[in-house]
Amino acid sequence: MSQAVVEPQREHYLNVSYGVTSWLFTTDHKRIALLYLATITLLFFVGGAAAVLMRLELITPPGDLVQSEIYNRLFTIHGVIMIFFFLIPSIPAVLGNFLVPMMIGARDLAFPRLNLASWYLFTVGSVFTLVVVVVGGVDTGWTFYTPYSSTYSNSYVVPTIAGIFVAGFSSILTGLNFIVTIHTMRAPGLTWFRLPLFIWSHYATSMIIILGTPVVAIALTLVALERAFGIGIFDPALGGDPILFQHLFWFYSHPAVYIMVLPAMGVVSELIAAFSRKRIFGYSFIAFSSIAIAVLGFFVWGHHMFVSGQSVYASMIFSFLSMLVAIPSAIKVFNWTATLYKGSISYQAPMLYALGFIGLFTIGGLTGLFVASLGVDVHVHDTYFVVAHFHYIMVGGTVMAYLGGIHYWWPKISGRMYPEGWAKFSALLIFVGFNLTFFPQFLLGYLGMPRRYHFYVDEFQVLNVMSSAGASILGVGYVVPLIYLIWAMRYAPPAGPNPWRAVGLEWQTPSPPPTHNFERTPVVTQPAYAYGTQEEDIKGGR
Amino acid sequence: MAASHDALAEQFDDLRQQHEAASLGMWVFLVTEILFFGGLFLGYTVYRTTYPEAFREASHHLDILLGAVNTAVLIGSSLTMALSVHSAQEGKRRALVGFLLVTMLLGAVFLGIKGTEYTHKYHEHLVPGLRFEYDAPHAGQVQLFLALYFVMTGLHAFHLTVGIGLLGVLAVLAWRGRFSPDYYAPIETSGLYWHFVDLVWIFLFPLLYLIGVH
Amino acid sequence: MTQPIVPRYVYYRVFAALLALTLLTVAVAYVDLGPLNIVLALGIAICKALLVMLFFMHLRYSTHLTWIVAATGVVWLGHLIIFSMADYLSRGWIP
Repeated sequence: MSQAVVEPQREHYLNVSYGVTSWLFTTDHKRIALLYLATITLLFFVGGAAAVLMRLELITPPGDLVQSEIYNRLFTIHGVIMIFFFLIPSIPAVLGNFLVPMMIGARDLAFPRLNLASWYLFTVGSVFTLVVVVVGGVDTGWTFYTPYSSTYSNSYVVPTIAGIFVAGFSSILTGLNFIVTIHTMRAPGLTWFRLPLFIWSHYATSMIIILGTPVVAIALTLVALERAFGIGIFDPALGGDPILFQHLFWFYSHPAVYIMVLPAMGVVSELIAAFSRKRIFGYSFIAFSSIAIAVLGFFVWGHHMFVSGQSVYASMIFSFLSMLVAIPSAIKVFNWTATLYKGSISYQAPMLYALGFIGLFTIGGLTGLFVASLGVDVHVHDTYFVVAHFHYIMVGGTVMAYLGGIHYWWPKISGRMYPEGWAKFSALLIFVGFNLTFFPQFLLGYLGMPRRYHFYVDEFQVLNVMSSAGASILGVGYVVPLIYLIWAMRYAPPAGPNPWRAVGLEWQTPSPPPTHNFERTPVVTQPAYAYGTQEEDIKGGR
Repeated sequence: MAASHDALAEQFDDLRQQHEAASLGMWVFLVTEILFFGGLFLGYTVYRTTYPEAFREASHHLDILLGAVNTAVLIGSSLTMALSVHSAQEGKRRALVGFLLVTMLLGAVFLGIKGTEYTHKYHEHLVPGLRFEYDAPHAGQVQLFLALYFVMTGLHAFHLTVGIGLLGVLAVLAWRGRFSPDYYAPIETSGLYWHFVDLVWIFLFPLLYLIGVH
Repeated sequence: MTQPIVPRYVYYRVFAALLALTLLTVAVAYVDLGPLNIVLALGIAICKALLVMLFFMHLRYSTHLTWIVAATGVVWLGHLIIFSMADYLSRGWIP
């Protein structure tokens, strides 16, 4: 056992009340974060199951595991779940919900009941999607291009759209809550430029959510109306333009990738600072870059439509602007690197994930320039090159940052320290598995293998086998933390308030925190990341 | 002001902060509504630019008088909504309830007139998806206009209905003395929502009803 | 207490102006001004919208943050339309 002395149990947000209703009707942002954690983890593994089946199919050139119609449903549901029900909520709804109030010295978000409503909506949306999986699926691709989705598909398009719409509304409420909270509830002395970069990135993310999500909502609503009631504006037979759908869809769905990556960058800033024991180099550059990414991200959506029928002139403008949007991301990578320089580095699991993010995001981002280039994209559009590009960012980037953040803040969330050995092992498995899965896909795509096909020519088999092998390693890498993190919640040694000796308001509360976070509202007088005043090395929570 | 005002939620330090948050929250929500309707306005812009003649012809099937009356009705309801906020600020409970009820009534009148228009369209066989028969070379594009008409005004009417419901709840709360000059944020934020619904119609009316009238 | 109380006569005047502008927009529609018709229709609608936003929605008496939020929504809608129309309007151009 870890303790011989039995202490009177301190009251905190986990033990303040018990029972299902105390969780389902909570307004505590920390409990809501955990509700989200449970739901999105479930959705992640459902989406992952679809990927497993896809990678199994792709071990051999012929389409011999499933029929084309089923494969179409697999990649569609994989995309729908992973994007709308995992990546977009993940860091904001779990880590953001838990940490935003704490990092600004507040007792909760501005609208706690709205926060709970967000989770209810997310769960309802998830139920729609899971029901669709069970009753037969949807085969339009997560992109729902018209007129296939609006007229010709014989799958459950409308219920899927309903699920996504509801989840989108959930996302909007979360973004709204963050914006209002960050503007109106910062502790005394906490000026904008003393905020942790995690807050800046969640603010930028919330801007995107507010400005973009409604547009995809109306786009999908119109598809649903056309399918369900025959009242549509995308039907070419009437003079409608299917490309109009694509404009409305990508106006959100491109910025959506920044919804997915900005929070991850916020996590990485926190991790790099903590595990270099150094303030972030170029703090204001990173802060402004977050806003720049959010804004510029809305000016590039046409790069998804280079071969759809969009005008060449518009395509050229979008191509140029897409190059520009790489700049603020690069600025961040340079600043993180400069932070590492002469830092007191330690390599606990969260840092491994953060370093992995920087490398893999860089590769993903650089390959983004390939696809942003109009001429190159004509060659690689709809090939595995694009698939590899976005998985490097979404999985090599966002998911790694998400796991890094989960591990870093796990002691705060659960009051217990996760087992460091297992965590390092998983991080390594994930890194190796990830690269083995997705690097070959760059080659496959460039050589001409199209995406969304379940058969391919024989010459592509070796790379596909490598990719599937990598996927099996990656899958194990994701299951292991699920096991030890849950185990740790009950059996691991208790962690103190600040096992990392990190700087930040969230580390000045007990682990787990009390329901109202702070006994008294803190007054902030220091800049963010005021490291350099302590000499002790970080030990792994022991 | 007293930190223990019974309307003060525990996450806030004082009523001023709570009011500021509520107001900002509603404005942020209205931005999402601008973009939500905005997608439809994009569709309108694209198709009116591409099919000017068909849109002109289709627009002639709408009743300008009913549309104009409805515009006045909604503008009037915005006035009464503003006056209800004013009443709340001055602590005049009866006036507050009265103006909320009149606002709801005007909203209902709007919906009634809209319903009449929709019924006319149905009898004229001009409802895409339900009953659309139109004998002309560009019937397809006329159908596009009418699809946009029904979706845009339908979505607007849905928002108006939600608004009426919201005001109904507030009227009950107001009658029970829930609001005061210190605490009236829900009235104000609902007012913002109501005015937004009016704003959408201010654009829908000329764009849908007044194409090529001359 | 957080917002100044706007005198009622301001509301009545704005209401009257809005009604007048509505009559104006209908009247102008009956006159053939070619491309100017749509410009005027939108212009009048924008005036009406500004009156509603500034006075009924209290923007005139609100913080800069509120202004920025409202303006951003409008600007973003404009951006959606302008950039999308750039595609449609340039499709027919021959290099």
